[in-house]
Amino acid sequence: MQTAHIEFDCTYFTRKEILLFYRYRDLAPQLVPLDYTNHPDVKLPYELIGSMPELKDNPFRQRIAEVFSEDGEGNMTLDDFLDMFSVLSEMAPRDLKAYYAFKIYFNNDDFICKSDLEKTLNKLTRNELTEDEVRMVCEKVIDEADLDNDGRLSLEDFQHMIVRAPDFL
Amino acid sequence: MPPKRKNDAIIQAEDVGMEVDATLDSGSEDEARRRSKNRRAKAQRKTKQVSDDEDDEEDEDEAPRKRGRRKRTKPQDSDQDDEEDKRRVRQKGAKAPRRKAANEERDEESEEDQGKRKKGGRAPSKQEKEDQNKERKGNVKGKDETNKGSEKDKKKKNGKQSSSPASSSEDESEDESDEESMSEGEIAALKEQVEEKKKLIATLRNKPWRMKRRLVLLKEAQEFVEKFEGALGKGRGKKLYAFKVMMTKVLMGLPYGSIPRKTVPRSEQDTAMDFSVLFDFGGYCKYSILFYGYYNNERNIGVLKFRLPLSYLLTGVGIFGYSLMVVIRTMARNANEGGDGGDEGEFTFSWKMFTSWDYLIGNPETADNKYASITTSFKESIVDEKENQKDENIHLQRFLRILANIMILCCLGGSGYLIYFVVKRSQDFAKMDPASLTWFQKNEVEFVMSLLGLVCPPLFETIAELEDYHPRIALKWQLGRIFALFLGNLYTFLFALFDEVNDKLETEQELKNATEWAIHEYNANYSSYYNTMDVPPLVVNPADAVRGPCWETAVGIEFVKLIVSDMQVTFLTILIGDFARAIIVRFLNYCWCWDLEAGFPSYAEFDISGNVLGLIFNQGMIWMGAFYAPGLVGLNVLRLLTSMYFQCWAVMACNVPHERVFKASRSNNFYMGLLLLVLFLSLLPVVYTIMTLPPSFDCGPFSGQDRMYDVVMETITQDLPAFIGTIFTYATNPGLIMPAVLLMVLAIYYLNTVSKGYQQANLDLKKKMKMARDEEKNRRNNKDSTNQVMKDLEDLLPNKSLIPPPTEEEPPHDIVIEKGGKSTKMKPGSAGKGVNLQKEVSLAATNPRGPVAHPPRARGGPPGHLRGPLPGPGRGRGRGAPPRT
Repeated sequence: MQTAHIEFDCTYFTRKEILLFYRYRDLAPQLVPLDYTNHPDVKLPYELIGSMPELKDNPFRQRIAEVFSEDGEGNMTLDDFLDMFSVLSEMAPRDLKAYYAFKIYFNNDDFICKSDLEKTLNKLTRNELTEDEVRMVCEKVIDEADLDNDGRLSLEDFQHMIVRAPDFL
Repeated sequence: MPPKRKNDAIIQAEDVGMEVDATLDSGSEDEARRRSKNRRAKAQRKTKQVSDDEDDEEDEDEAPRKRGRRKRTKPQDSDQDDEEDKRRVRQKGAKAPRRKAANEERDEESEEDQGKRKKGGRAPSKQEKEDQNKERKGNVKGKDETNKGSEKDKKKKNGKQSSSPASSSEDESEDESDEESMSEGEIAALKEQVEEKKKLIATLRNKPWRMKRRLVLLKEAQEFVEKFEGALGKGRGKKLYAFKVMMTKVLMGLPYGSIPRKTVPRSEQDTAMDFSVLFDFGGYCKYSILFYGYYNNERNIGVLKFRLPLSYLLTGVGIFGYSLMVVIRTMARNANEGGDGGDEGEFTFSWKMFTSWDYLIGNPETADNKYASITTSFKESIVDEKENQKDENIHLQRFLRILANIMILCCLGGSGYLIYFVVKRSQDFAKMDPASLTWFQKNEVEFVMSLLGLVCPPLFETIAELEDYHPRIALKWQLGRIFALFLGNLYTFLFALFDEVNDKLETEQELKNATEWAIHEYNANYSSYYNTMDVPPLVVNPADAVRGPCWETAVGIEFVKLIVSDMQVTFLTILIGDFARAIIVRFLNYCWCWDLEAGFPSYAEFDISGNVLGLIFNQGMIWMGAFYAPGLVGLNVLRLLTSMYFQCWAVMACNVPHERVFKASRSNNFYMGLLLLVLFLSLLPVVYTIMTLPPSFDCGPFSGQDRMYDVVMETITQDLPAFIGTIFTYATNPGLIMPAVLLMVLAIYYLNTVSKGYQQANLDLKKKMKMARDEEKNRRNNKDSTNQVMKDLEDLLPNKSLIPPPTEEEPPHDIVIEKGGKSTKMKPGSAGKGVNLQKEVSLAATNPRGPVAHPPRARGGPPGHLRGPLPGPGRGRGRGAPPRT
């Protein structure tokens, strides 16, 4: 594991957790070689990533995978994989988490707009809310968190709001 | 002395070793053993030569104990060997002749040994020691021997040799019999052995034996310890047994049937075991430890001088004190933790939206629950929000609310009257012959109370629709009303009960007078008949004794019945209202005109608040009833346990979540407040009876006293030093109590004022924060609209690559600062001047809350060692924030 030493310095993992590599490999033993010295170009498809126990029940798993994958499609290299676990780990600072959380919630531009909010809400509640309710909640969210009144949430707005949240760790 | 000790150790090891070797049968070990035996024998011989006399003396001390121990060990060994080694012995059959000599030797010894044993451990000597020695030697061989012997025994070949098994079997029987009738010495020996085994278990790990051997040993030792430990001293078994004896002897005093209050009266004895009677807590139940009347008024019980009456009273009062403390403490903690801090309400929806998912969830079921919970919380907030926006006809609303309250008051009053009426009637019924009453007439009170509890809450809910409160407030009103209903019912019940108690007190007085008169007559007659003053006391069978009505037990029975009927109603409601309904809805839905599941009957909702209220009410009844029926507590524990599992099943199987989406947990202190109120209200009647009503004269721990609390007085005057009595007198002086109460009231007033002041300050601060935020927002808006450059920059900046090199980032920084400075032109003094600008920048940097053109929180990007792509620079980057990239 030559890479282990490199990754060790780059992620928020202890040496033990670096063994994540094996998790990665276990997802598709036939695809991932044991030897990483030559930096083989291996990607695991989203289907495999999303079926991990950590992610399989998460309503945002697709977005998470997309955000952390280099190609934006959810197909992950080992580096992406480690990156994801690093950010989601306990040790990562809140700022970083907030940044990635922001990325998870917006869709393509760099702002969270109403449609993004609606999507998020529907994912969270499995479409249990009526359209009116959804609209109202989204309006309220924008109303609360949008500091510059541009009708959408910038990263800054988002961070301002989320670092104060008691549940955001 | 030293050699002796060593000897002992070897012997122990040997004892232990033999057992295992028997199963393992490895030749090398055998040899080692023999060698060690030789060594030991030699050592012993030496010892004998050197210090014969000394040893003799010592032996007198040690030998009996050791022997006793060995006596236990040996039979066991041979028993096991008997079973385990038979096969082996057969295999070794060829070797048997060689050992014959030893065998004979051993037989002699065992006979001798037996003889000595009968002498009871006396006369130990050199010979004795030799015997031991040899015996042990023989033990090893003897084991095989015994087995061989038993074989031979079967074949009836050799009469003499059969003595060996005979002795062993004798030992065995002895061993068994001493389990039943252990003499003291045997117990001591057994204890020692148990100790030894325990030690062995503890040190087994350190022994250099093979695993197999260790395992076998361990198992044996554990079995042994288990077998004997409970039966004889030390250990949990003994303690438990002692505890049981203590409990029964000490707490209850005399057993059942010894005195009238613990005996079923003759007239009731025929039916005392009937189920119907027992189920009404009559018969044997009435005269059992469940109820007040059972306890004796003897001041001291047993060697421990357990003061039953005093501890009865103190326990009864102590329960209240402890409960009060717990409730208050919990409330205080809740109030602290609740801390509806400043930020609450600012980002309700945003937080719910972005931080409600728990990323650690990795279980589909948990995920489902989480989805549901999130949805619920959203709905809750939405309803909240809608309610806030509502604005309606205030006059109509007021009118409706008053109307609703009047109606509900009528309901409450009606239900109270109904209960009073029913209880009164039941007293009339109680005077009639029980056989002529129907089941309904007997259980009218419980039935009506349960019925009211069933009907009224939905009625209240319907009426509450009129009021049109915010759901959370409406919930509290609803709970408060149900609570008032329960409590009103309970108190009506209590008052009716007090009437009954007074009746009983009167009859009791009559009875008492009659009894005294009868005894007086008896004495007079006796003395006149036999012409003697020395009258023997009247002896009456406890079952025939005249007895009073014992109102305390009657009250206790009423409470127990109430609890039981409450439990029945709860269970029946669940079975019929939830389970049957769920089944009907589920299966009739296939062939019904409309959708049963979504339409009218639907599934039952799980009413959390109602259930919590039921629990609180139940607890109140326990508090009230526990003094008169100590068994009620145990009964209630059972009830709570069963009801927990039963309701758990019901909720999972046939309920749907409550439609009203408000979580009950939020009103935590509300419930605790109710509990406190109930506690206080249930405290009142109990303390009232303790302080004012005279206890029955012939039952319960306070019989014979004028008031129940006289027990305390009695203890103070009789058992405590005089000065404590004096202190107590002073402490109970009204002159001291009044100022104390006054002081407390004043303290409460002061603290209340202080807390109000803090609350106000809190509110002000909150308001300030909100204003600051609004201002900040406005400033930004202005800036946004005015500062075109910023906007341009923004458009420039969002690098989709997300890794902007720091060098590129620097120039915009400067511009931002400059432009920012210009943009805040409206600020007097800061316009255009470089120095001022710098100043302002630094000011802004130090003050994170600075409103001007400053992001609310300067975001340092991800730390430098981050491997991931850096975030796109936001608009507010820079501006005093040190570039952290």
